[in-house]
Amino acid sequence: MENELFSIDGSMVDWSRAQFALTAIYHWLFVPLTLGLAVVMGIMETIYYRTKDDFWKRTAQFWQRLFGINFAMGIATGIILEFEFGTNWSNYSFLVGDVFGAPLAIEGIVAFFMESTFVAVMFFGWKKVSRGFHLASTWLTGLGATISAWWILVANSWMQYPVGQEFNLDTMRNEMVSFVDVALSPVAIDKFCHTVISAWVLGAVFVVGVSSWYLLKRRHVEFARQSMKIGAIVGLVASVLAAVTGHHSAYTVGQTQPMKLAAMEALYNGGDDQSLTIFAAVNPFAQPDWKNEHEPPMRIAVPYALSFLATNDLHGYVPGINDIINGYDKSDGEYEVPLSEKMVRGSYALTAMKAYREAKRDGRNNELEVLASEFQENMPWMGYGYVKEAEQIVPYIPICFWSFRIMVGGGCLFILLFCAILYFLYRKKSPRWLFHTALWCIPVAYIVSECGWLVAEFGRQPWTIQDMLPTWVGVSALQSSSVMITFFLFLVLFTTMLAVEISIMCKQIKRGPEL
Amino acid sequence: MNTMNHRNFFSRVWDLYYDGFRNMTLGRTLWLVILVKLFVIFVVLKLFFFPDFLSTHAEGDEAEFVSHELLNR
Repeated sequence: MENELFSIDGSMVDWSRAQFALTAIYHWLFVPLTLGLAVVMGIMETIYYRTKDDFWKRTAQFWQRLFGINFAMGIATGIILEFEFGTNWSNYSFLVGDVFGAPLAIEGIVAFFMESTFVAVMFFGWKKVSRGFHLASTWLTGLGATISAWWILVANSWMQYPVGQEFNLDTMRNEMVSFVDVALSPVAIDKFCHTVISAWVLGAVFVVGVSSWYLLKRRHVEFARQSMKIGAIVGLVASVLAAVTGHHSAYTVGQTQPMKLAAMEALYNGGDDQSLTIFAAVNPFAQPDWKNEHEPPMRIAVPYALSFLATNDLHGYVPGINDIINGYDKSDGEYEVPLSEKMVRGSYALTAMKAYREAKRDGRNNELEVLASEFQENMPWMGYGYVKEAEQIVPYIPICFWSFRIMVGGGCLFILLFCAILYFLYRKKSPRWLFHTALWCIPVAYIVSECGWLVAEFGRQPWTIQDMLPTWVGVSALQSSSVMITFFLFLVLFTTMLAVEISIMCKQIKRGPEL
Repeated sequence: MNTMNHRNFFSRVWDLYYDGFRNMTLGRTLWLVILVKLFVIFVVLKLFFFPDFLSTHAEGDEAEFVSHELLNR
């Protein structure tokens, strides 16, 4: 069987995707720890503010030091993604420029002014400003990072669920017509809540893991136990909230991107009363035969759970891959047209676009209004005009399937971990196996966090903009060799940066808090 | 009086940053890493590896270039 997972065929679109994925994965190594540690250190400093106990000041300062290392290493790594938009994804970038401009500009301004101001007060201001002002600065640093995340996630959500825009045939750009629709789309809200809360989980796992290391070494025991307690409480609350927001995200995906949900579940043929797969023997290295197989082999499932997850109804209808391709009745009674019809409507849109551009060039202005109206009528399916066969609109199922399971499984593991830690802290016991587990959960948390993004981004393939622009049209006509060179250049650069961060971080952890 | 307050405010802000940067320990290493990284990103990568594709290929009419791309893929 062909190994599809590692078979980058050398095409420019694959290398551009790989490069973007590499950059985004690397960038995401820093973001969740920033968001998560901000909450933990904010709580610690709040305790210091209330108790005036110097122990909590030192404790907060230690975690702020680790926050600072991570913050410094993460700065500007996201900028590279914007470079890639302009070079590797120029068609896409041009098409979305007017929609993305506002959120990304706000993100840049907020990130720069809010974070840079309050980060400085947080690190330099312990002896310069009042305790209250310092506490406010610590929380505002976290808030600034969270607001930055909001705008980036708004931009990402718009690609998954484009709303609040109109395509202008004269400028060839999507233009924002409703800022509110873009900023507060249901996908953006769900994505923000789930992403930020899961970042708190990662931050909590980090605190609990590092504290476990001190307890294993029998160093700074009181500091470690108190940090662990706060980390575990934050982690437990965040893990439960992540489960709730995860459910809501799954519901929204079911409504807006049913193909993604079908790929996450390896659901080839849907229906009512759908069960949620716990395990199935989905080969990680090859796209399954979704056309002919009824379901993946060795499937173990929870009855009705997928219907509940996707529709909030135990008996709700969930479409499978073949249903989406062949057409189905949605839960609201509306008929979702088959792929064949979407392809026809997409080609109508492209034909109308071509005719409009020619009429405009030739000065036949009397035809423009009719052609524009014809285009807008078929615009929602424009991307299907580029699709030649059904296989092109099915994401790579194994990655979606397994990433989803690792994400959910990891989330459940963390809930157990935090419960166990709080239980043993309450009983004043120190089981070493638990501390070892907590320590090993740090890399697991990163893997789980990245898997969340793999589900989101692999699941929306082939669309750079859902239903509007497939990857092979959004990409620039570059030489694949040049993209390949920068891919490996980044690999070396990013790995070096990561090694530097881990080295500085470990050194500071070994040094410990200044109690 | 207002001018005095303003001067106090600005001198305190200056003092915060000046003392903060002067007394940095770990921060010196982190700033070095940040500066090297910014140099690599904005000078090496941006200038040599990430030109603006449209401005170098579209010959001034980006909309026409993109429409040609969209209609001929």
